[in-house]
Amino acid sequence: MNLTRRHFLVLVPAAAVAWESVVAGTPEASPNYNTSEHWWGMLVDIEKCIGCGSCVRACAKENNVPDGYYRTWIERYQISEVNGVETIEVDSPNGGMYGFPDSHKVGAKAFFVPKMCNHCADSPCTQVCPVGATFDSPDGVVLIDEKYCLGCRYCIQACPYGCRFLHPEKNVAQKCTLCYHRITQGLTTACCENCPTGAQQLADLKNPKDPIHEFLRTHSMQMLKPHLATEAKLFYNGLDGAVR
Amino acid sequence: MKFKDAAHLLRLAGVFVVGLLSFVLVRGYLVPKSFGQYGHYRGAALTEIKAQPISYAGHDTCEACHQDVLETKNKGKHAHVNCEACHGPLAKHADNPIEIKPELLDTAKLCAKCHEANSAKPKHFPQVVSAEHSAGLACKECHTPHSPAIGDGGKK
Repeated sequence: MNLTRRHFLVLVPAAAVAWESVVAGTPEASPNYNTSEHWWGMLVDIEKCIGCGSCVRACAKENNVPDGYYRTWIERYQISEVNGVETIEVDSPNGGMYGFPDSHKVGAKAFFVPKMCNHCADSPCTQVCPVGATFDSPDGVVLIDEKYCLGCRYCIQACPYGCRFLHPEKNVAQKCTLCYHRITQGLTTACCENCPTGAQQLADLKNPKDPIHEFLRTHSMQMLKPHLATEAKLFYNGLDGAVR
Repeated sequence: MKFKDAAHLLRLAGVFVVGLLSFVLVRGYLVPKSFGQYGHYRGAALTEIKAQPISYAGHDTCEACHQDVLETKNKGKHAHVNCEACHGPLAKHADNPIEIKPELLDTAKLCAKCHEANSAKPKHFPQVVSAEHSAGLACKECHTPHSPAIGDGGKK
């Protein structure tokens, strides 16, 4: 090969620039999205939930959730009092995916509770990961890097809300991503998009125009297991004390 | 006193230096470039998670073409129900509206998913026992699904 010194000196910086662009990877999929401008959470209004299972079905279709595993699910609470003793029954057939058969319980307090990842600001699951495969994104979403996950299951044990599972084929931990691929494009999550009564609503706590602020100001909101100080960002309206 | 076997120590130090160098080099090669970009994780994972394709196009996309349905829907009780909540995921239809058409829905089964009576549902939510209410007749025989009150354009 005839390569003069002059050509060599031109080619080396060119090759270096090309290599830099290879290492930098492809540009962002959503160029207008700035992670520092958002802080995601969700509003769940138990008084509006009809237990239809639309959210569970939508999540499964949107995210290819394997059969028998749920990134979001619905629980039915039935609280009855017999001779002064309170009995709490909780059921969730197929995660509530196909709705609930009527129990015809008379005199019981009954309601549905949609559940999913609480996207805690101080999440126990990310703290236990030994390899940095699960993390809090800068915009407040708890995510999993499937390429880094070893499948050790520490996070599944650490989550106090039972939101994680091990994917049966990929052998990596999976959970609700708050539809990160949708919310970064300006869409809402699949569960919120499909909730017919508006019982679930995506909330951007950093957006001053988001209706969440008005709702939080005018309602008595609660999160699940507040004593664990996880700073959960799933805000429940009308949450009964029996719910765990 | 002069230390006699300094060469031993130098050799040991050499081994340490080589070990340290190879550790730094191997680490630099194995740890992905974006690790630590935002925190103790691979920053590129965010881009990879974002790249997942969507199945539900979203209500705004439906509105762009189906203004007529939107007008009917806005008049009735289903104004706040998004299209895909009943019609299913239609991002593919939105990308290729001519070749990919949504399925026609069976209202005898579809409507019951929400409106079948259940003691755990909120009391104000409209519920029927479908066996008593219509005896298996498709709901759209009387109600228009997009604006369901009787008299909003149903057949009866």
